[in-house]
Amino acid sequence: MRHRSLLILTSVLTTGALTLTACGSRSDDDKGGSSGGSGGSSTSATKNVTVVIGVDAPLTGPNSATGLGLQYGAQIAADDANAKNLVPGVTFKISAKDDKAQPATGQQNATAFTSDDSVIAAIGPLNSSVAVSMQQVFATANMVEISPANTNPALTQGKDWATGKKTRPFPTYFRTATTDANQGGFAGDYAYNTLKKKSAFVVDDKQTYGAGLAAIFNQKFSSLGGKIAGTDHVNTGDNDYSTLVTKIKNSHADLVYYGGQYDESELITKQLKAAGVKIPLMGGDGMYSDTYIKTAGAAAEGDLVTSVGVPVSTLQTATDFINAYKSKGYPGDYGTYGGYTYDATTAIIKAVKVVMDANGGKLPAMPDARKALIDAVQKTDLDGVAGHVSFDEFGDTTNKQLTVYQVKAGKWVAVKSGVYTG
Amino acid sequence: MHTLPQQLANGLFIGSMYGLIAIGYTMVYGIVQLINFAHGEIYMTGAFGALAVYTNLPDGMSIWAALPLMLAGGALVSVLIAVGAERLAYRPLRNAPRLAPLITAIGLSLALQQAVFLWYPNATSGKPFPQLPGGPFHIGSVDIQSGDIFLVVAAVVCMSALAAFVRTSRTGRAMQATAQDPDTAQLMGIDTNRIIVIAFAIGGFFAAVAGLASGLKYGQIKYDIGFQAGLKAFTAAVLGGIGNIYGAMLGGLVLGIAESCASAYISNIPGMEQLGGGSWNTVWAFVLLIIVLLVRPQGLLGERVADRA
Repeated sequence: MRHRSLLILTSVLTTGALTLTACGSRSDDDKGGSSGGSGGSSTSATKNVTVVIGVDAPLTGPNSATGLGLQYGAQIAADDANAKNLVPGVTFKISAKDDKAQPATGQQNATAFTSDDSVIAAIGPLNSSVAVSMQQVFATANMVEISPANTNPALTQGKDWATGKKTRPFPTYFRTATTDANQGGFAGDYAYNTLKKKSAFVVDDKQTYGAGLAAIFNQKFSSLGGKIAGTDHVNTGDNDYSTLVTKIKNSHADLVYYGGQYDESELITKQLKAAGVKIPLMGGDGMYSDTYIKTAGAAAEGDLVTSVGVPVSTLQTATDFINAYKSKGYPGDYGTYGGYTYDATTAIIKAVKVVMDANGGKLPAMPDARKALIDAVQKTDLDGVAGHVSFDEFGDTTNKQLTVYQVKAGKWVAVKSGVYTG
Repeated sequence: MHTLPQQLANGLFIGSMYGLIAIGYTMVYGIVQLINFAHGEIYMTGAFGALAVYTNLPDGMSIWAALPLMLAGGALVSVLIAVGAERLAYRPLRNAPRLAPLITAIGLSLALQQAVFLWYPNATSGKPFPQLPGGPFHIGSVDIQSGDIFLVVAAVVCMSALAAFVRTSRTGRAMQATAQDPDTAQLMGIDTNRIIVIAFAIGGFFAAVAGLASGLKYGQIKYDIGFQAGLKAFTAAVLGGIGNIYGAMLGGLVLGIAESCASAYISNIPGMEQLGGGSWNTVWAFVLLIIVLLVRPQGLLGERVADRA
C-alpha cells in the first residue's frame, strides 16, 4: 500500500514537472515569435538584436508616483524608437527595477543591470541618495547611467563643488535635470525678490537631495537679506509634524521652505494650514507631483515649487509624448521627469546608433559596446521633447531652464520660467 | 516658552495614540508573557479595515454617520487578525522556548505588512483617509483639531471601559487571576485559553480605535505605519510597566509629551543645537526609556516581579 502511494506521488510530481516545463518552453516560444515578428517588419536584412535599457526608480512606496513616470517615460521612448525604426536591426526593450527609494536596493539593481549582458545602459534613479550608491557600480562596469531627476550638485561636480573646485567623479554618470545649485538659488531669489518674503523657516529630510537643496536655498535667501526664522529636520516616513508646526507658528515666518519629497511635505502643509498658519510652503522638484495636491487638498493652495525645465505641457514637442502617455493609460506622474526621461532614453538610443555606425553597422560585443557608448552619449546633441539635450564636461545638462509652479485652484500652474544666473 | 501649552497638547495627542496601541502589548504580555511584535501591524490593518468600509459606503454619506461603521469594520479586521494570530501562530508555541513565539511575532509582522502592500488596492503608496470636518478649536493659546478631539475622547472612553471591565466583571477578574498565576487559575476552573483570546481581542480592538484615529488625524495611511507606531507603543508599555494597563496609558502619554518637548526645546539649550529638532525625537524617547529603566526597572507603574523578565 505504502509502496503504491509513493508511486502515485512520484508520477503526479513527474507529470506536474513536465507540464510546468512545457508551459515554460511555450512561453519562451511566444516571446521569440513576437520579437521575430517585429524584426520582420523592419527593413533591415541583418539579424535583429534586442538591446535592453535598464530603468531604476521607486515604483512602489514613497516617491512612486514620480518614479512610475520614469519607467513609462522610458517605455514610450523605446516604443517610439522601435516604431520609427530609429536604429535599424535593433529592438529596444525596457527593464524596470524598483529601488523603493532605498540606496541599498538601488545598488543591488545596478549590479543586476551591469551583470546582465543584454543591458547596454541605464536610466535613473529618481533620488540623489540612491544615485550615490549606484554611480560606482556603473563606473566599474563602464556602463552609462543617465538620470532624468537627480539634482544634487555633488553627483557630477564632486564633493567640493561649492568651493569652486569642480571635478567629475564618474565619467559614466550623466543627467538631463539641472542641479540644485541652480534650483535652490532660483527658489531663494524668487522667494525674496518676487514673493517679497522676508522670513523663512527651512526644513529638510536629511537626505542627499533634501538637505542639499535646503542648504542652498538657505544660503541664497539669507545672502539676499532674508531672515532665516528657524531650521528643523524631519525623518522620512514620519506622519506627525505637530511639534514642527508649533515651532513654525511661533517663529512668525512668512514662508516655509522644505527640502525633500512630496510624501512628507504634503502632510506638513496639511497640518500647518490646519493649525491656522496660512503661509505658503515652498519646495523643489521632489514635491512637484499631482499626488501632493491630491493628498493635501485645499491646504496645498498657494504652495510653490521650483522644478527643472520649462513646463512639458507648454512645449510643442511634448504634445506627442503626453498624448502617448495618456492614451496608454500609464500610471504615475509624467509632469516632472517624464519628458526628461524620454530625452535621456532617446540619447542612449541615438548613441547606440552612433556606436553601431562606427563599427560597420553592427553592435560590438557587450563590454566594448558599453564602453563605446560613454563617448557617444557625451557627444549627444539632439532636440528632445523637453528642450535641447547635450552634456557639459561634468555630465550635466546644458539645458538649465527652471520653472516656478504654484498651486492655483487645485492645479500646478507655471508662474515663472527662467535660467538661474547666480 | 509660551508655546509650551501647545507642545504639551501635541504630546498628549500623540501619546494617547501610543497608549491605545500599548494596551495591546501590555495585556498580552501580562497574561502570556509574549511580546506580540505583530501588534503594530494589527493597528495598521485596523486603519485599512476602516478605510475599506468608508470606500464602500454610498457617496454623500456624512462622515459622522460613517464613523461607527468604520470603527466596526476596522475593529472586525483587527480583532479577527489578532485572534487568528493567537489561535494559529502563538497557541501552538505556548509551551515552546520563549524565543520561538517572539520570532513568530516578528515574522507575522512582516507578513501582514507585505500582505496589505500587495493585496490592498493601490496600497503601495499612501492612501488618503477621510478627515473630520470642523475645527481648529482654540483653548487659550492651544489649537486643537477635530481629529485630536476624537483621539482623546476615544482614548478616555476606551480606557475607562477597560478599567471597569477588568475590575468589576467576572471575565475581568478571571483575567487578573490568569495574569497572576495561569496554572492556579486553571485549577480554579478558569478557561485560560478563553481569557487569552479575550486579551488578544481587546488589544486588537484598541489597536483598531488607534488606527481609525490615526487616519482621521493625519488624513493618510500607509502600509508601513505599523512598524514605527508599534515600536513606540511597545516602548510606552515598557515605560509604564509592562503588564499594567494603566501603566501602558501613562507610558504612552509620558512618551508623547517627552518626544514633543524634546524636539521643541532641546535645540534651544546652548551647545545642544544639533541634538534637537524633529529628527531627534525618537532618540530622546529611547534615552528617556533607558533612564526610567535604570531607576525603576519595573517601569513607572509596574510591580516588581522577581521571576519574570
